[in-house]
Amino acid sequence: MTKTGLTRATLMKDLRLEWRSKDAINSMLFFSLLVVVIFSFSFDPTAEESRHIAGGLIWVAFLFAAVVALNQTWARELRNQVLDAYRVSPAPPNSLFLAKAVGNFIFVTVLEALMTPLFIVFYNLRALGPAYQLPIIAMLGTWALVVNGTFFAAMSVRTRNREIMLPLLLFPISIPALLAMVEATGAILTGDFSARFWIVLLAAYDLLFTMASLFLFDFVLQAE
Amino acid sequence: MKRVFPILAVITALLLAYAAYEALVVAPTEQTMGDVQRIFYYHVPSAWTAFILFFINFFASIVYLIRRTMKADIIALVTAEVGVVFCTVVLVTGPIWARPVWGIWWTWDLRLTLTLVLWLIYVSYLVLRRFSSSGQTPLLAAVLAVFGALDVPLVYFSIWFFRTQHPQPVIGGGGSIDPRMLHVLLINWAAFSCFAALVCWSRYRLEVLQREIDETQALEALLEPRGSHTGSAR
Repeated sequence: MTKTGLTRATLMKDLRLEWRSKDAINSMLFFSLLVVVIFSFSFDPTAEESRHIAGGLIWVAFLFAAVVALNQTWARELRNQVLDAYRVSPAPPNSLFLAKAVGNFIFVTVLEALMTPLFIVFYNLRALGPAYQLPIIAMLGTWALVVNGTFFAAMSVRTRNREIMLPLLLFPISIPALLAMVEATGAILTGDFSARFWIVLLAAYDLLFTMASLFLFDFVLQAE
Repeated sequence: MKRVFPILAVITALLLAYAAYEALVVAPTEQTMGDVQRIFYYHVPSAWTAFILFFINFFASIVYLIRRTMKADIIALVTAEVGVVFCTVVLVTGPIWARPVWGIWWTWDLRLTLTLVLWLIYVSYLVLRRFSSSGQTPLLAAVLAVFGALDVPLVYFSIWFFRTQHPQPVIGGGGSIDPRMLHVLLINWAAFSCFAALVCWSRYRLEVLQREIDETQALEALLEPRGSHTGSAR
């Protein structure tokens, strides 16, 4: 089996599992719905104010929701020692990691596509800047969260307090990416300044950490 | 090597005492800020020491990933621990100085934010070390240290741009420093570095002993005849 074949097979398996159980997507959806509602009535902003704070709110909601899916990524493989089977199989660890990262990317993207209309309704949002850049920011930002999240989830399944460990590892490292997502989204919603710098920063972050994850994942998978 | 340790300890004690005297008595009082400026002689050397320790941690982590030696792992652990302590000193002394001088405890300035993020990353590093099972700790920690180091330039650029977007008229650096003040600063830095080296060293020896004890106990548990254990079994 080729590398891409392996990646595709693992990815399809995860997608099928998710399609049948809908565990991750349902819990993420409900979780971020709760965040939207709670934020919405604890701030109750006007349209002008919400333009300034919406970037932060949206990404915080997605970040917290993504952690729910990311935690399941590897925990799912612990049952029946599937992870050990991966370890002894001759399959390259990189294709496994890529499949998991792409799978998570798809889950979080679906979540964002479903939740964004709700945000627009609740916060009365309308972009004053170039709105076509928003999907680019969303894709780059989601990948930034998901690539590191998948990697750190693989690390945190090896610790004693699995579910709590992931955000503790992920959030500090993600600070520049989060800042970039929030600022870029804010820039486009308010139309005050260009988001170009933040998009470039996000792209650099994605590139750097994708390479680092692919390079170092072997160590994490084989850690004894 | 064992004889060097007490010598270093004595030198550190003398240097620290001399540095404290220089900072509190000899150094000229700053014209506008007054005596509160003297905290500078503790704040800046702590920051430099913390950054050097974090750098050593990164270097030791890479050495561990390549060579897998226990020594590199212990050095990484020790420098991270002591580095976090010094970084905490920086983050605590900073606001104490900033309140009377800037009128605020904290601002999201480039250097402040970078130090805080570094502190957060290394605290998460220590948390990971604390909670992972012993066999995998060195490897996972080394990987996280590499990720943290890769993050630093990105944090730097993001905050640099963030701040230029929203400028704040607080201290910009610039200006020159009185040569006597610089002299005191450097003495304090030397003293703090010696102190950090001393603490790291004793922590290193402690960790080596701790691991030896753990290994011996594990071995003893294996060698013990099975029957003798049943009485104390839970």
